[in-house]
Amino acid sequence: MKLTLRVWRQPNADADGAMSTYEVDGISSDMSFLEMLDTLNEELILRGEDPVAFDHDCREGICGACSLVINGDAHGPERTTTCQLHMRSFADGDTIDIEPWRASAFPVIKDLVVDRSAFDRIIQAGGYVSAPTGSAPEAHATAVPKADADFAFEHAECIGCGACVAACPNGAAMLFTSAKVNHLNVLPQGAPERETRVLDMVAQMDSEGFGGCTLTGECATACPKGIPLVSITSMNREWLRAARKVGKR
Amino acid sequence: MGLFGPTVLDMALATRTDRRPSMARTMWDSSVGKKTVMAVSGLIMLLYLVVHMIGNLKIYFGAGEFNGYAHWLRTVGEPFMHYEWTLWLVRIVLVVAVVAHATSAYQLSRRDIRARPSKYVHKKPRASYATRTMRWGGIILGLFIVWHVLDLTTGTVHSGGFQPGHPYQNVVDTFSTWYGDVIYIVAMLALGLHVRHGFWSAAQTLGAGSRSRDRALKTVADVLALLLTAGFIAVPVGVMTGVVS
Amino acid sequence: MTDYVNYTTGEPVADGTAPDGPINERWDKRRFEAKLVNPANRRKHTVIVVGTGLAGGSAGATLAEQGYHVVQFCYQDSPRRAHSIAAQGGINAAKNYRNDGDSVHRLFYDTVKGGDFRARESNVHRLAQISVEIIDQCVAQGVPFAREYGGLLDTRSFGGVQVSRTFYARGQTGQQLLLGAYQALSRQIAAGNVEMHPRTEMLDVIVVDGRARGIVARDLVTGKIDTYFADAVVLASGGYGNVFYLSTNAMNSNATAIWRAHRRGAWFANPCFTQIHPTCIPRTGDHQSKLTLMSESLRNDGRIWVPRAKGDTRPAHQIPEEERDYYLERIYPSFGNLVPRDIASRAAKNVCDEGRGVGPGGQGVYLDFADAIRRMGHKAVEAKYGNLFDMYQRITDEDPYQVPMRIYPAVHYTMGGLWVDYDLQTTVPGLFAVGEANFSDHGANRLGASALMQGLADGYFVLPATINDYLARHPHQEAVTHEHPVVQDVLAETEDRLNLLLSVDGDRTPDSFHRELGELMWEFCGMARTDAGLRKALERIPQIREEFWRRIKVPGTGEEFNQSLEKANRIVDYLELAELMCLDALHRAESCGGHFREESQTPDGEAARDDDEFAYAAAWEFTGTGDAPVLHREDLVFEYVHPTQRSYA
Repeated sequence: MKLTLRVWRQPNADADGAMSTYEVDGISSDMSFLEMLDTLNEELILRGEDPVAFDHDCREGICGACSLVINGDAHGPERTTTCQLHMRSFADGDTIDIEPWRASAFPVIKDLVVDRSAFDRIIQAGGYVSAPTGSAPEAHATAVPKADADFAFEHAECIGCGACVAACPNGAAMLFTSAKVNHLNVLPQGAPERETRVLDMVAQMDSEGFGGCTLTGECATACPKGIPLVSITSMNREWLRAARKVGKR
Repeated sequence: MGLFGPTVLDMALATRTDRRPSMARTMWDSSVGKKTVMAVSGLIMLLYLVVHMIGNLKIYFGAGEFNGYAHWLRTVGEPFMHYEWTLWLVRIVLVVAVVAHATSAYQLSRRDIRARPSKYVHKKPRASYATRTMRWGGIILGLFIVWHVLDLTTGTVHSGGFQPGHPYQNVVDTFSTWYGDVIYIVAMLALGLHVRHGFWSAAQTLGAGSRSRDRALKTVADVLALLLTAGFIAVPVGVMTGVVS
Repeated sequence: MTDYVNYTTGEPVADGTAPDGPINERWDKRRFEAKLVNPANRRKHTVIVVGTGLAGGSAGATLAEQGYHVVQFCYQDSPRRAHSIAAQGGINAAKNYRNDGDSVHRLFYDTVKGGDFRARESNVHRLAQISVEIIDQCVAQGVPFAREYGGLLDTRSFGGVQVSRTFYARGQTGQQLLLGAYQALSRQIAAGNVEMHPRTEMLDVIVVDGRARGIVARDLVTGKIDTYFADAVVLASGGYGNVFYLSTNAMNSNATAIWRAHRRGAWFANPCFTQIHPTCIPRTGDHQSKLTLMSESLRNDGRIWVPRAKGDTRPAHQIPEEERDYYLERIYPSFGNLVPRDIASRAAKNVCDEGRGVGPGGQGVYLDFADAIRRMGHKAVEAKYGNLFDMYQRITDEDPYQVPMRIYPAVHYTMGGLWVDYDLQTTVPGLFAVGEANFSDHGANRLGASALMQGLADGYFVLPATINDYLARHPHQEAVTHEHPVVQDVLAETEDRLNLLLSVDGDRTPDSFHRELGELMWEFCGMARTDAGLRKALERIPQIREEFWRRIKVPGTGEEFNQSLEKANRIVDYLELAELMCLDALHRAESCGGHFREESQTPDGEAARDDDEFAYAAAWEFTGTGDAPVLHREDLVFEYVHPTQRSYA
């Protein structure tokens, strides 16, 4: 396959960026998208040019590092992570636009690499159960209904890649935040901090400069792990419940 | 606690504070809270619109019934309420709802726009469709409300000679002008789109949605949007076709 | 041939910290004997933790909960992305919830035996004891393990054992356990007890007056090289499987932290013990950047086979039942498809070497779910393995519900690592190694679902108990500052190395060297090793190293985000570590676990151990790049599990 790539190049956070055009040839349809970029970078290095910087690590769709907007879609045309996207999803001669996640809460570090530390701070605000090591009761002390366990798992699958923010026209982090709130709030272990968790995480999300939710559903469409839009509804319910309850204290 | 106050261990675990602002403060300071304000105010307006729309249809039963209905609106609740007290109460609630809805919308929109300052070079139109319709629809509806009140409540910009106490004639006058019809019909189409996404969206914001209920909510939103739009547009259509004159 | 193979033998090494007495009382005894640090004084102690995987994340969180000041590093943009996240199958624990005869002793026994009698009994027993607490801890954190309809935890079986003791969270157990540790760590970051440095890579360790007192690390965003000081340093930087270029490790997983520690005096034990995982997706071409593992849990219900005839190129569904060879079930009837990983991998290699492999290049065997789908139904198979099937289909464009999966072994885990004592302390006082970074509890082969167990045991329970002892014994260490001559030397050495990489301006990319080294290692130090092959590799590696420093091309500067520089610098260390791996493999003229020497096999092709000669852990001491290292033997004593020929037939 022969492809034309238009790639966002930006030397650092303070510099202006622009799209640069590259041609790549000899691309196999079995290659992953990132292997295609590896090929480009090998050529760029040998030509004495700066290779394209992009985040990636596990390349099996679970670490959440890879983060490219491909032809306007977060993680590209398939519902998966960028690293699991294969070139068979493209046709010979295609022009492919590659851009970084765009959101003011995710400033660009270089080229296609952005700073997603805002997500870490949302988790730090309450995305945990306070269970210091050694304090745990016997695992079978509390049975968890299978439906609740499955619900928790479904939301715990979030890989924190940020595609939801990238796809949202408002740069909102509601799907990410709701995934963690729902994971922990449904479990008996998460119950004691149920109210503070959702209030604090949402407050942190707001203070990081993410936008608000207008329920366009773009986040859920882009999510490589299939976290559903209704996850946001569940979090809203949790939030209202918490605001009422804590307001009464 | 150690003998001399909190030990390092206590401090290590005390990661949260229990002092919380009031519920109202929490609401207004949070994007989720502001959405709740929008949802509640929106639902209040929606309820009003349903009543308003049904009342409007009385125009098809002639000037007597329509004007009588308009008069009754001023006497609702008597003798407990004084003349027009109820009406003013409703007006106050509506003004508060409109102001709360618009202020929240404005503030949330500003936040949203700030959160995404640079656009993608490769544009996807569908991404912002619902948001855009809500924002522009909201602005259209806001302008419409101003015109509507000045036209048929205060009569300030009314086309014919505005006659207080004769709403039937005033309505017929308004819809006898082409621009009156155009403004009204465009606004009602905007209303339909706004209610369609807004009702479902409010349900999500208030946490009433769920996977099993989603289809039902969407259907209710569609039906409401359709009924409201059709019901409201029926009036200018009646005037234009001469059924109402 | 260089002088490198003429290693010398130094003093034997013994684990001085494991107590004696009955094995089930040793951990209690050690914890009691360990000195403690007064809670009020803990804040005054700084501990550096490098890495945020299961071992590092859990250690950082737990040390901070205890009151220590923790400074933690990861090269990823967030501590949540450490490669533990990719572990799929599960975590073992001797809970005996199934009432199927499991016990701490059985888990201990299985692990020692599974490791082919090359692990330390005391450590393994402690691991088995702690396994039970790990599950409790993780459940309390909200880890969404799979549950049954009654609301209790579900388990499944894994390779090499006959009980069902593996707890799991669909195919994402590593992810869920890691997020649990990450969340605990996040809580401590928010509390100000952990100072977290993401996108920061450790490049060297600072040893002052014989003790580890800090590290040199590079901020990967700004390129700034800085020093960080502490009273103790914990390495939780994972394994070194990426020496092979193609492995199931993350692209950026690397050996720099442990190799630099090795160069500063920490001995490296059993470097040749690498695990080749049997169920990975075969490679498709030269562009391949990494290999993807399919959870071993698939072997619970999938059946492995190849055609009986050589060169049979018919599609799988056209090969009738009687012309298929379910070779694992045939050779190992009692364990069948659930034999340990080393055995399954080698068997796959053997059938492929016979010319009976399937798929492009004949480098693959079938993992067939047709029977399982018939027996359990499509839905049940989907519920159990759906995400793995999806992943397979995404990568290969083949539907495993319709056609059998093709799998082939790939480098997955390294049992070797920094030598540590029972306290997990390396030979450099104050330098600890946890998780895959140490030479661990797995001997010559790790059982499935035991890596997660060991990482969390080390991080949550072992290190936080044993590091107390070290810190209590060295309560008032003199402050080390940036200006200290040793620090300045280490810093200068690091800067010189990076500057040299940038200045060569040759004509080969970092990846081209990495790939060349990887291919060499896979050929000569992979699934089967020979004296001649290893000698060939040992001759070739110094040549590649020499060529590397002559022809490497690294664009850009050191004062910016520069991924090529990161890569090149890691390859520098691979080029030295690879040599030690080959030497270790050469010197260990026996077969055991993942280390298979063709010269040492039983008549029916199984690994033949030589306990008289090699019942020891080989701890290597660094003497200089390309210089012959010194071997220190730690004799392994088996009081409870007596070495036998492993039999899974």
